[in-house]
Order: sequence, then structure tokens, then C-alpha cells
Amino acid sequence: MKRSLLKSLVGGIALGLALPAGAALADDSIYVPLFTYRTGPFAGSGTPIADGMHDYLAMLNARDGGIGGVKLVVDECETGYDTKKGLECYDSVKPKNPVLVNPWSTGITLSLIPKAAVDKIPILSMAYGLSASAKGDVFPWVFNPPATYWDGLSEILKSAGGGSIEGLKGKTVGYLYFDAGFGKEPIPLFQTLAKEIGFSLKLYPVAAADMQNQSSKWLDIRRDKPDLLVMYGWGAMNPTAIKEAVKAEFPMDKFISIWWPNDADVAAAGDGAKGFRELNWHATGANFPALADIQKLVIGTGQSQTPKDEVGSVLYNRGVYNSVLIAEAIARAQAITGKKAVTGEDVRRGLENLDLDAARFKALGLENFAGPLKTTCLDHNSHSATFVQQWDGAKWVKASDPIGPDTARVRPLLDEAAANYAQKNAWPVRSEVCDNK
Amino acid sequence: MDLLHAVFVDPVAQMISAPDLLAQTVWEGFVAGVLYALIALGFVLIYKASGVFNFAQGIMMVFAALTLVGLAEKGVPAWIALGLTIAVMYGLAVGVERLVLRPLVNQPDIILLMATLGVTYFLIGFGELVFGGNPKSMITKELFLPSGAINLALFGGRVQLQKLDIAAAAIAIVMVAGLAVFFQKTRIGRALRAVADDHQAALSVGVSLDQIWVIVWFTAGVVALATGIFWGARSDVSFALQVVSLKALPVLILGGLTSVPGAIVGGLIIGVGEKLGEFYWGPLLGGGIESWLAYIIALVFLLFRPQGLFGEKIIERI
Repeated sequence: MKRSLLKSLVGGIALGLALPAGAALADDSIYVPLFTYRTGPFAGSGTPIADGMHDYLAMLNARDGGIGGVKLVVDECETGYDTKKGLECYDSVKPKNPVLVNPWSTGITLSLIPKAAVDKIPILSMAYGLSASAKGDVFPWVFNPPATYWDGLSEILKSAGGGSIEGLKGKTVGYLYFDAGFGKEPIPLFQTLAKEIGFSLKLYPVAAADMQNQSSKWLDIRRDKPDLLVMYGWGAMNPTAIKEAVKAEFPMDKFISIWWPNDADVAAAGDGAKGFRELNWHATGANFPALADIQKLVIGTGQSQTPKDEVGSVLYNRGVYNSVLIAEAIARAQAITGKKAVTGEDVRRGLENLDLDAARFKALGLENFAGPLKTTCLDHNSHSATFVQQWDGAKWVKASDPIGPDTARVRPLLDEAAANYAQKNAWPVRSEVCDNK
Repeated sequence: MDLLHAVFVDPVAQMISAPDLLAQTVWEGFVAGVLYALIALGFVLIYKASGVFNFAQGIMMVFAALTLVGLAEKGVPAWIALGLTIAVMYGLAVGVERLVLRPLVNQPDIILLMATLGVTYFLIGFGELVFGGNPKSMITKELFLPSGAINLALFGGRVQLQKLDIAAAAIAIVMVAGLAVFFQKTRIGRALRAVADDHQAALSVGVSLDQIWVIVWFTAGVVALATGIFWGARSDVSFALQVVSLKALPVLILGGLTSVPGAIVGGLIIGVGEKLGEFYWGPLLGGGIESWLAYIIALVFLLFRPQGLFGEKIIERI
């Protein structure tokens, strides 16, 4: 680890020298900044994602010479999952003409949304950020595929209700969440559904300072005895919550999380965590040709900080998926504009024309890695189906068929939320070009 | 009227109707309080001996625990790793004394506080460089720390005591008793108290200030290691743990910066108080009140005892 960190330090200095501040990159390269966090309280979640994102793009450079014959300049900026630092990262990468930014924080995403149209830098907030930004007619510069937090919540509730949210009528549903922008994001939908369906909602906010000190929350949970406990956690909150659940002997079949807990978060809780469930939309494991290329061309050649056993974990593969979207958006932008060295404006169009079907995943060396995804000018999300996966003590096992969101319930609320955002922020009417009307 | 009922009647009714939950809440508060007290103890030891408010105590806890787990990951047997970690904390104490405290002798307190902030950021960066940012699991089995729980059938319900928490409480009691004996009965302990009372008078009778500082920083380092082991075992060892150390601040406000018993009693009051407050009154305010409730408890105490529960009342001539 020390050796690889030193290597990355040297690499970072070399990159810094290669990219003088304020200078735009050459026409024969595409600048892709990655906002990451390998340090601080959220490094446990941030590191494998950063590794996955970096390694896939580095593999494209090593194997294919970049995308469409143009090299990618991949540049990490450490945010520590801190909104202030994230904005500093944004200011530092902006002069280098990034083709998009990946904030990897709902807080940073919310702060960047008003800047995106002004600076012509699209935001890819993959399955996080503002749920309403799925509406491309209102947010032409923001993309959050393949599912929003609201989709995820409706899928969890559908699954727990036996295929329909109505199945939760009269039940008590607990919501254990990280008390920040991310965790608060689905609360409006949760409260609306609780009222409409008729279930009792109990909120258990976990402050950042108490991520590793959750005993009070678990006393609340013991008192309330929820029929279902939903978790939206991040960083050190996830392993602590799962450990507390094991300690409190909370039944694992009543505990389910949104898609963020990683293998290590669950493994840390020992055998008691068997049966823990979470949503996911892509495969785990390393048995894919593209991941084999990463291991051979990137990790095997010392161009990565990734420990070998991390490849295939939930969050490593999540990082890979994120970079697949980046690469596909760039490739689509090249195809649409006929340019090789595309700009942020071009990649925005690429992101609006993503079409990843089974054949395309196979062509990418990722056959059966994930379900189909298609974006349009109106739909920046795709609202793809997810599935439930269950921890068997050593690995994740698929535990459900694909579950689609409750579109009938979520869509009107999403429309309303987007309209409210636009009204409150004097939001401009979309004038950006659309390639798939 | 409803509000008064919700504040004064409902919580008491809940306590009476579910005494097992009350007992469980008090126990959880007690365990948290013991761990807060251990962190606060590190602050108090250093403040007593050197007048320095050591902002780095939280990261010392993380650094010590990471060193232990990091060495174990490299294949070092647990008990040797524990010994080596203690040696590393001694090295840190010597380093701090030589490179930070000694050059800053006679500087204003604020300079020394800022210096400990510098130590904090150095240890964060150095720790991340050496051990990486990923959380690590504490080597509880290798250290023969107990796991599992004792379920007591009490008050018609169940009270669960984690064996690890019982061990934490027992070790904290042993450490505090050991420190009390060390301070009261040993030559070094008496010298330490002399330095705490008056640096110049201590120097005039031949007490080595440098040596005392190393000893006290080392002792605080060992306390940090013990705390890190137990906090790490309850969740995991990560840099997020240093945030928990901020809970020691209200404990210090309450117990007084110079009192070992104050740290212990203060820790227990804050621990039990915040858990009871969060559990019984938190829902009235939407939950999540324990992060600030500890400070409110401490401030209320300060209204009546500005020097803290056991702090020394300072009378200065004007």
C-alpha cells in the first residue's frame, strides 16, 4: 500500500507538472477528472469506488489507446466527501476543460447543479444526488442513471410489500439514514407514501459525528420494533449499523439497504450478518473479460492502487460501472459530433443518448454485468430495474428478480419536485440541443 | 399542555412501563461514558502535567489502534504487535517532547494548542500514508477480548450486556485505579503532580520537566491505545473514530480539565445523560439530539460550577 501510494504521489506530481494551472488540455486528449475520497471518515466507501473508476479508464488507455483513438487524461481530486473541498476541486479542474464531473457526493452535486449549465460541464451523479434531476427537460446538464434514490426506495418497499407497496399497509417502517443531503433525499417520498398507503414511518437519523456511536438509534429501533428497517448509510455508518443490528439481534430478513454497503462493511460484522440484504443493479465478482483486462493491463503493471482482492466487490464494480458510463458518453459524443477530442457540451449530448443493451455490454467485455440502460433528452436516468442481493457470509447472492420502480407513484412526485426546484431557483427553460426527439 | 405532557409525563411513563429498556439505555450510556472518560483522561493527563490542551488526543487513539491492526495485518503476532504499538506510542511521546514541546517552552498556551493541532494533522496524513484510508477490523479474537452477550431477564423483559462492553468497563476501572496509584504512590507520580502544581518549583527541586512530559504523553498514548481497541472493536478502526473523541470536550467542561475523577464522573454523566436524552426526549425534537445534548448538559452544570465538577477553583489577584 505504501509503495503504491508513493507511486501515485509521483504520478500525481508528474500529472501536475504536465497540466499547468489554467492551461487547457491539448486537442489530442480528453480530460476526465474524478472527484474521489481515499482519506477521512468516508474512505471505506470512497476508496473502492475510486479504484474502480480509475482502473477502467486506465485500462481503456492501455488496451485501446483511449476512446476513439484519443487518450484520456484521468485526474483524481480528493474531496474527503466534504462539500467545501468538492467545490475547490471543481474550481481547480474547471480551467482544464473537463468533459464532465463526477461529484460522488449528494452535497457536492446539489452545489454544482446551478453551475453546470453556466460552465457547460455536465454532472454525472450515478444513482445519487437530486432525484428530480432525472428530468432532462428541466435539468439538461445533470444525469443520475440508472436509478434515483426515490426509485430505490419504491423498489425496496415493493419488495418488502410482496410486490406492491400496498402490502405495507398498517406496518411500521423504520428509516435509518445518514443525516445529510444524501440520507434526507428520499424522506419526502417516504412521508408521502406513508400517508398514502397507511404505514407508520419512524425516522432514525445518524449524525456524521455519531456514525460509529449508534447505540441510541438501536435502542429506538428495539423500542419501535419496525416490521421493516430501511438503511441509507455511507462510510463508517454502514459497517457500524450492520454490527449494531447483529448485536441487537435484529432480524436480517427485516433489514435492507439502498445500494451502498460494500463487501467489507458486511464481512466486518461476522457470521451474524448472514442474510443482510441490499439493492444492486450490477454484478459482483471479477469473472468478466473487461475486469480481466484491468487486472492484466492496469493492476498487473503497477498502474493502480487497487488491492487484488478488491476487484469484484460491490463498490469496486460500482466504480467500474461509473466509468463505463463515462466512456460510453464520450464515445456517443464522438459519434454524434464527428469530433475526436470532444468537449463538455458534446459529452452532455452523449450522456443524453446512452444505450447500453445486452449486446453492448457483451461488446464491452461485460456480458450480463448489468441490465439495460437508455437515456433520452427527457429521461436522464433510465429508471432501470434493480434487484435484491443477500450476503451469505462470504459473498453476495442474487435474491430476487429485477424490481422496477413504482413509476405510477414516483413519477408525479418527481415531476412536482422538479417543478418546485425550477420555480424556487428561477430556473432557465431548456434551450440545449436534443438528438433523440 | 400537550407539550408539558410530552416533556414531563410521557418519558417517565415510558420508563415505568418498560424498565428493561430504561436499564438497557442506562447500560449503553454507562459503556459510552466509560469510553468518553478514557478519552477525556488522556486530555487531563497532559493538561495536568504540561498545561497543554492536547487537541491530538483523538487522532492518537486512531493512530494507536491503526498501528496495532496494521502490524497484525503484516503478520506480527497480536501480543507482539501490542508491545510494538506501545513502543511506537513511546516514540511518539519522545518525538512530541523533542520536536514540539521543548522548542516551545514558555510560549503562550495558544501556541501550544496550535502545535497540538499540527500534531493532529501530521498524524492524520502520516497514518493515511502508512496504513491507507480504508477501515480495518480490530483484532479482538487475537487479543482474547470476549464476544457475544449476556442476556439478563430483568423487569419482565431483557437487558443485554455485551461481553466486550463489560471488558471495556473493567479495563477502564483497572486503568484508572492504576493511574491513581501511579500518581499518589510512586516517585514519578509525585514528580508529575509537582510539575502540575508549579513548573518552576518542581524544576528547583530537581524534577526533570522533559522526562515528565515524555512520561505523561506516553501514558496518554497508552490510554489512547486502550480506548482505540475498544471503540475499534465496537465498530471498526477508521479515521472517523477521531470525531468520537470530540465527545470528550463536554466531559472535560463538566469534569474539569485537571481532574482525573472529574474525567471519569463527567464521562459517565455525559454518556448516560445523552443516551437517556436521545431515547426519551429525542423523538420530540425529531431525533439526532445526542450530538449536541452533551454540550447542553455540560453547560447547565457550568452554570452552577464554572470550574467543572472537580476542577480547581482558580483565584487570581487582580
